[in-house]
Amino acid sequence: MIMPDEPLPFIPSPEDEHQIIEPVEFDFGLRRRTFMQLVATGLAIAVAPWPTDAQEQKQQRRPDKSGGNNAPKSVWERIHIGKDGVVTVLTGKVEIGQGARGEFTQAAAEELRVPTEQIQVLMSDTGLVPNDGLTAGSGSTPRTVPAIRQAAAAAREALLELASKRWGVERTSVELSGGKITHTVTKRTFTFGELAQGEELPKTLEQATPSTAALTAVSDWKVMGTALPRPNARDIVTGTHRYSSDIKRADMLHGKVLRAPSYGAKLISVDVAPAKAMKDVIVVQDGSFTGVVAPTTARAQEALDAIAKTAKWDESPHPSSKEMYDHLRAHAAEAVPKNEFAEELAAAKKTLRATYHAAYIQHAPMETRAAVAEWKGDQLTVWTGTQNPFGNRSELAKALRIPESKVRVITPDTGGGFGGKHTGEAAIEAARLAQAAGKPVSLKWTRAEEFIWAYFRPAAVSDAEATLDAEGRLTSWHFITLNAGPSALETPYRSGKKLARSINCAPPPLRPGSYRALASTANNFARESFMDELAAAAGADPLEFRLAHLPSGRLRDVLEEAAKRFKWSERVKSKKKDIGLGLACGTEKGSYVAACVEVEIDRKQGKMIPRHVCEVFDCGPIINPDNLRAQVEGGIIMGLGGALREGMEFQNGRMLNASFSAYEVPRFRDLPELDLHMLKRTDVASAGAGETPIIVIAPAIGNAVFHATGVRLRELPLTLPEKMPS
Amino acid sequence: MDQSISFTLNGKPLTVATDPSRPLLEVLREDLDLTGTKYGCGESQCGACTVLVDGVAVRSCVRTVGSVTGKKITTIEGLSADGKLHPVQEAFLAEKAYQCGFCIPGMIMGLVGALQQKPVPGDAELLSGMHGHICRCCGYPNLVKAIRRAAAQARK
Ligand code: FES
Ligand code: FES
Repeated sequence: MIMPDEPLPFIPSPEDEHQIIEPVEFDFGLRRRTFMQLVATGLAIAVAPWPTDAQEQKQQRRPDKSGGNNAPKSVWERIHIGKDGVVTVLTGKVEIGQGARGEFTQAAAEELRVPTEQIQVLMSDTGLVPNDGLTAGSGSTPRTVPAIRQAAAAAREALLELASKRWGVERTSVELSGGKITHTVTKRTFTFGELAQGEELPKTLEQATPSTAALTAVSDWKVMGTALPRPNARDIVTGTHRYSSDIKRADMLHGKVLRAPSYGAKLISVDVAPAKAMKDVIVVQDGSFTGVVAPTTARAQEALDAIAKTAKWDESPHPSSKEMYDHLRAHAAEAVPKNEFAEELAAAKKTLRATYHAAYIQHAPMETRAAVAEWKGDQLTVWTGTQNPFGNRSELAKALRIPESKVRVITPDTGGGFGGKHTGEAAIEAARLAQAAGKPVSLKWTRAEEFIWAYFRPAAVSDAEATLDAEGRLTSWHFITLNAGPSALETPYRSGKKLARSINCAPPPLRPGSYRALASTANNFARESFMDELAAAAGADPLEFRLAHLPSGRLRDVLEEAAKRFKWSERVKSKKKDIGLGLACGTEKGSYVAACVEVEIDRKQGKMIPRHVCEVFDCGPIINPDNLRAQVEGGIIMGLGGALREGMEFQNGRMLNASFSAYEVPRFRDLPELDLHMLKRTDVASAGAGETPIIVIAPAIGNAVFHATGVRLRELPLTLPEKMPS
Repeated sequence: MDQSISFTLNGKPLTVATDPSRPLLEVLREDLDLTGTKYGCGESQCGACTVLVDGVAVRSCVRTVGSVTGKKITTIEGLSADGKLHPVQEAFLAEKAYQCGFCIPGMIMGLVGALQQKPVPGDAELLSGMHGHICRCCGYPNLVKAIRRAAAQARK
């Protein structure tokens, strides 16, 4: 039976057109002749500029649309059934902590009616798997899970067909369950392994197309919807799982790359002689790239330090984080539309205007960018932690000027991404070093490199303007967001007139990129804070004001449920000193979220301490409840970091807080009381859940601070003013 | 200058010839291929590199290999050397206390170190002792459950 409400598009669409992907440009080989001539002189070498100003160069690039559209036409490209009966699911998606490996296992097991132990999932090896595009935009659940289910369902039909043919019986008298095909009349059985002998099964699967077979209805799910543990969990707790940074190849060396002292700095000269004098060190200079290779990381660092001392740089002015918001405003890439709702403005009982800011923040995944590169002749294999293995393959081919067919990118399950690992710079650096060394090279970025040279979640300036009539109804809504991006830009609230626009800045001060929930966090912070300000202006309760403007539907449902569970209406009546209650809601990537929070204001320390977070989330049918809970909890707590502390500080092109001691991510002590509830809807398709839960945290906290103190905070991270009203 | 440095690693005596100023973390990972111990920050801020030195949890990124001469080192690989999981590892599995998993070996070693103290620390002390470990996936709720489960087991 096909789910009526679940169209299950087979072709994975481009994961999210809002993703920001700005690869670093490399200029290998462009000036090799000059370089060789200069090397011969043995003196300090003049080289071309290192592309530290990469972020200044390009418009935002969209993901390769082909990435999602060449999904397998044949079941065999997606599902293999071995002669040992093991089912192998092939996917270009990456496991990066979001639990895709388990969900894919469940999806295949469900449709193939086999125990999960009989399934293995082969992920993100461009030499073996179909291109499923980026692992981003919460796309694995709504697109790849259905694609795997379609293929598995088609494989199920093919197995049944084959068994009935072998037995010479009616197709309708043959059943598949528990990994066995049974002839219901004679009780004869086939295992998958038995059917896989010979060439017939592979041929049948090759000819089968994934889109024709019926899928299991949500009400009949037996494996999907259960809390299957991560298939490789044991490898995680024993430390035997090898991340990219753990890959070891025979004769492998370790690399380091020369970095500029500041953004936009161009290398004038560097004397590599001190490194060359070290017997076991190889120096690589190509175009604007300088790197070293040595038997150990410590030795490579020593060599790098020796030449870094001699490097001369041409530094250029760079805006500081203090003047960043003015800079963004001054560099809007197009004219900012004026509010043309003249009639509403003239007739308004009240008009409100406010500007909200959000800082640049860093993903800081626990595993920094890392790659191991190995050449065999002109064939390149790179193991690297990325959310975009096929995109990395293209970047490698382009930078090294070799055909894509010569490049294989393998992504072992990776140590975190959060939207921060779309580009392939570490892979390219490792590949160039390995090419010069003639041996495999491992390159691991340091924490400081990750903080400084990875890309950032863009900072934002959002201007909101709205009018209210005498009844406290929104008559116009005008929202312009600069530099953040367009995710969750449109307001879900009813308003007489509406305009929402996202405008890029050029050049942005820092290299921009995707992040968990992208611009939704900044846009939703501005919108949900402003809704609170409007509620106050209208003299209405924040919940009542929102409900008065929300049509019925999933967003309204989660908001009402959160308020009910939190006992909003009762709790908000009795006000306690320095305790604030706030709420916010929002939708993004097809899922819906609302949160109510209680925040304590610690005046002495100037701190806001979230005590209680009640979040209600709706992402449709739940594939794995434990995994979903972990994703939602992770999103909420990560959101506390961006709400309360995280923000890149920079001056003269230098990052001032590029370390875990200076840039404070959430830790154990930040854990508030969490009260999560998932709406278990089954009448819609499953949506991804790794991102949306984050978007309500900052505005709910900001709104709670207002409730407690009357102080409205309009900038992320939220900071209490030095002088608090008593 | 390379030197011969001897210590006990996961129960076996061992001598390495290397520059004694290299971080213990690097020698474990690069020379001895014990890659379960992770690099997260290199400055004692995240706990990913935690190992036991004479039974005490230390950050191997800021310990030189020269400083562990004659000492007993246990890494995550040494916890379940006989194929049987350590109770702390069991607790992490039972509570599904992992997302990307990169912080987990360090967390486990930090907790094993803490639970070896006599008497076993109380809940608040134990949790504040774990503040030095970062989980960037922010899987703290399950981590707290795993810590409590392992501690309850250790107190028995
Ligand atoms: S790597 Fe040692 S504490 Fe972070
Ligand atoms: S599980 Fe990813 S850092 Fe902890």
